[in-house]
Amino acid sequence: MKNTMSRTGIIISCILMAAVPYFFASGYQLFQLTLVVTYAVAILGLNLVTGYNGQVSLGHGAFYAVGAYTTAILMDKFNVPYWATLPISAAVCAGFGFLIGLPALRLGGLYLALTTFALAVAVPQLLKYRLFEDYTGGVQGIVILKPDPPFGLPMTGDQWVFLFTLLVGIVCFVLSANLVKGRIGRAMMAIRDQPLAAEAMGIDIAMLKTRTFAVSALMTGIAGSLGAIAVQFVAPDAFGVPLSLTFFVGFVVGGGASIVGPIFGAIFVEFIPNIADEISKAAPGAVYGVLLIALMFLAPGGCASLVRKAAPYMPWNRKTG
Amino acid sequence: MMKRRVLLSAAATGLLATPMIWRQAGAQTVVGVTKTEIKIGHTIPYSGPASAYGSGGKGHTGFWKMINSQGGVNGRKINFISLDDGYSPPKTVEQVRRLVEQDEVACLFNPLGTPNNSAIQKYVNQKKVPTLFVATGADKWGDYKNFPWIMGWAPSYQIEAQIYANHISKIKPNAKVALIYQNDDFGKDYPLGLKAAWGAQYDKFIVKALTYEVTDATIDSQVVSLRDSGADTLITVATPKFAAQMIRKVYDIGWKPLHFLSNVSASAGTVLIPAGAEKGIGIITATYGKDPTDPTWANDKGMNEWRAFMKQNLPEADMLDTSYVYSYGVCLTMLQTLRQCGDDLSRENIMRQAANLKDLDIPTVLPGIKVNTSPTNYHPMRHMQLSNWTGTSWSLFGDLIEGAG
Amino acid sequence: MDGVLHQVFSGIASGGIYASIALALVMIFTATHHVNFAQGEMAMFSTYIALTLIEAGVPYWGAFVITIVFAMVVGTIVQKILMEPLMNAPVLASVGVFIGLLFIFNSVAGWIFTYTLKPFPTPFGEGGPLLGGFFSRHELGSTAITVVVLFSVWAFFRFTSLGLAMRAAAFNPVSSRLVGVPVATMLALGWGLASGIGAIAGMMVAPIVFLDPNMMGGVLLYAFAGALLGGITNPLGAVLGGFLVGIIENLGGAYIVGTELKLSLALIIIVAVLTLKPAGLFGKVLASRV
Repeated sequence: MKNTMSRTGIIISCILMAAVPYFFASGYQLFQLTLVVTYAVAILGLNLVTGYNGQVSLGHGAFYAVGAYTTAILMDKFNVPYWATLPISAAVCAGFGFLIGLPALRLGGLYLALTTFALAVAVPQLLKYRLFEDYTGGVQGIVILKPDPPFGLPMTGDQWVFLFTLLVGIVCFVLSANLVKGRIGRAMMAIRDQPLAAEAMGIDIAMLKTRTFAVSALMTGIAGSLGAIAVQFVAPDAFGVPLSLTFFVGFVVGGGASIVGPIFGAIFVEFIPNIADEISKAAPGAVYGVLLIALMFLAPGGCASLVRKAAPYMPWNRKTG
Repeated sequence: MMKRRVLLSAAATGLLATPMIWRQAGAQTVVGVTKTEIKIGHTIPYSGPASAYGSGGKGHTGFWKMINSQGGVNGRKINFISLDDGYSPPKTVEQVRRLVEQDEVACLFNPLGTPNNSAIQKYVNQKKVPTLFVATGADKWGDYKNFPWIMGWAPSYQIEAQIYANHISKIKPNAKVALIYQNDDFGKDYPLGLKAAWGAQYDKFIVKALTYEVTDATIDSQVVSLRDSGADTLITVATPKFAAQMIRKVYDIGWKPLHFLSNVSASAGTVLIPAGAEKGIGIITATYGKDPTDPTWANDKGMNEWRAFMKQNLPEADMLDTSYVYSYGVCLTMLQTLRQCGDDLSRENIMRQAANLKDLDIPTVLPGIKVNTSPTNYHPMRHMQLSNWTGTSWSLFGDLIEGAG
Repeated sequence: MDGVLHQVFSGIASGGIYASIALALVMIFTATHHVNFAQGEMAMFSTYIALTLIEAGVPYWGAFVITIVFAMVVGTIVQKILMEPLMNAPVLASVGVFIGLLFIFNSVAGWIFTYTLKPFPTPFGEGGPLLGGFFSRHELGSTAITVVVLFSVWAFFRFTSLGLAMRAAAFNPVSSRLVGVPVATMLALGWGLASGIGAIAGMMVAPIVFLDPNMMGGVLLYAFAGALLGGITNPLGAVLGGFLVGIIENLGGAYIVGTELKLSLALIIIVAVLTLKPAGLFGKVLASRV
């Protein structure tokens, strides 16, 4: 009963998410919402590996960058249509994530944090490297074309990009929700909480850890592709440490091991800087920091923990309890 | 509320979401202008790793406040909306779209950053929003054919590099040149400029070219490699922190090359004196503006005008920060553009007037350099002059040099 | 061959910078089992306080001591007000606070002290450079200070009961509380000490790299790498790790891949070493409780 209720709820909210902005938001607001969805998918990827599997990554901006560049290069140099770049970008990022996941097998905790942080620092300089310049456009980056709505649909480019991003985003969220609910998800969390016991139960820790890394990189990479399509521009210095830090903040704000958490995290990282800018031109960074710390005090487990606490009191959950 | 509904219906029918406030004869688009106000948009990093640039935005805000207190331009007050983009191109796109679509500004003024302007270049041209006097040293903002709605201001980095190249060819044709540059869009414009000037001779001149990252702690290693290459001439393309380190280290290891320093870091008060005034004696730079910390301009009429402006409008500001001088100059250029527009503040006319500046004198710019634009010249400033560090101040030498950009 | 030697020298000089910050990271890790991302920014902020004092006419060593005390007080206050209430919260909440602090200190420093570059005085005299110009007096002096701090830290943890209590409080708060260690006080003290060491590092680094609000941004990564390379639980290891990172970075940049990729190469080497020796070169393997 509860399951069907919540499933209907999810479907209705998905439709609302698509319809309300479609009819009511201006082009600029649609662009913002497109970015929210993009960041939510990126943070979801981070949450899979860090929240569910307990492997700390400070460098998910790197996977975002690889996704974004894969799409940009395919569109710009090989004239691949934007939608067709997504599966390619997903595959490239999954492979890249798998490779990064290999040393991660031996490096836990802080060491993994350092490795991934180093990755975040190194990515801009790799993207600028002169041997790749013909493809990456070097420091100048790549400008790509904005997709037009297909089949002559009567809508603006912004509306179409939003719907497309939302659709891909929903698919990513549904797949991830199914993944963590199932056997694999339980194994991921078992490794995080009780690695020895997990191994004793017959879980292949090494395999699962690297695969989780791959799936996580895949999600964040897709987000990178979506971001490139929406912004129509990629440049190496846009993908440095600040971006990885942004995702990590979004992850912490949303809350670990939660599927809805990344949505809150994405809303935070997209809109709070604008609010900080409104409050103080002198030190917006300080305002942002204060808001972040305040939120940590209000919800030490992230926004998702608030949602979890509030859920039993919601009208649709009261009777089924 | 009304306005919002108009906007929505426009969007829903797939039209551009730009409500016209009033129309003139012909295809004139007047947006962001009322009988009492002109809206101008601006983006700059107030937060994030590049927030040092934010002072430019504070300078602009102070300038337009002063203009408003003097009655505005042609009877209209300037509503200057300056937004933070954290130096992130996606954020710049977002903020510029907000300015154009929600705030409905008449034009954009001086958005900062090469990657940031690259990200909005196509958008502002499609929307035909004048994007004037952008704050980047890249050369591509003079591309009036493909991007007629966006224009730079200061002489580009490539022009500067060409001036160094030509000077070296002239005074030291057998120079062995070592080059160090920041590994980003700013730094990489210099090898491009040198190549443009030297052509095939580039490889003959340059014996060693190295880069550094902004995240590096020091550049000692590079200095050592450059010296060991046997070079007798050095071109340093660096931001202030690394420029100061460079000057000190070159001196400390007893290397005495003919040293060229990128204009970005040629501030007496924030680079050469902190590095050790005597360590930089003989350094050459090419410049177009007056350095507020250089004793040469201590009693200069133009700089005193700027100092009075600072004292009155930004009393708290750091007078060593060259961003404020830049800000004053670029704001005056914008002011002249608006004045020339008269009562016709359509986007077309703003752009037309921006491309029609004739011999404009800017008090913070070197004597003799004037702002000139035309529909086929989108480089408002094309001249620079070489200057030599004497240990206490910069000393200009030679004639004004026109860049080939 | 001369060139190699020169690169090693200059690597040692910049390694000294990484070593001093790495030491502060080891300190806070030993005392709290956290890695404070805001450590570098707090050190930078303290350095501005020192500069303000010196500009106001306080003699160097006076300003030096006042700044250390100031940093320790700020560190303790931050722990008491921000970290203690979150002691039982998920560890991610603490990480969120660290990141928030990083933004705050960086932004407030820019706001108060502006972003223009400031020279910071050295207590070791300006005189001519030593050893062929590869080391300035300051670089030698600050290395000496790092060594002094290193031995103080080592002796403190090794020989004093307070040091032992602090290690215990960080390692296993529950058991420590049971045997009577005042865990909250120990953690606050640990923060204070770490932030004091950070302040020393800041004051030693600033004359070399010049003071600006982003002074520590790049250094922190190298320091972090150095600390882990040497072993995050071992102060001596962390310092050696810091020097090693400086040397690897320079040699790699000058002879192997060029400056454009030297950072990437240095990091690959470090990750490779850590993969072979996960506890760092000089670290003890930590037994983890299951």
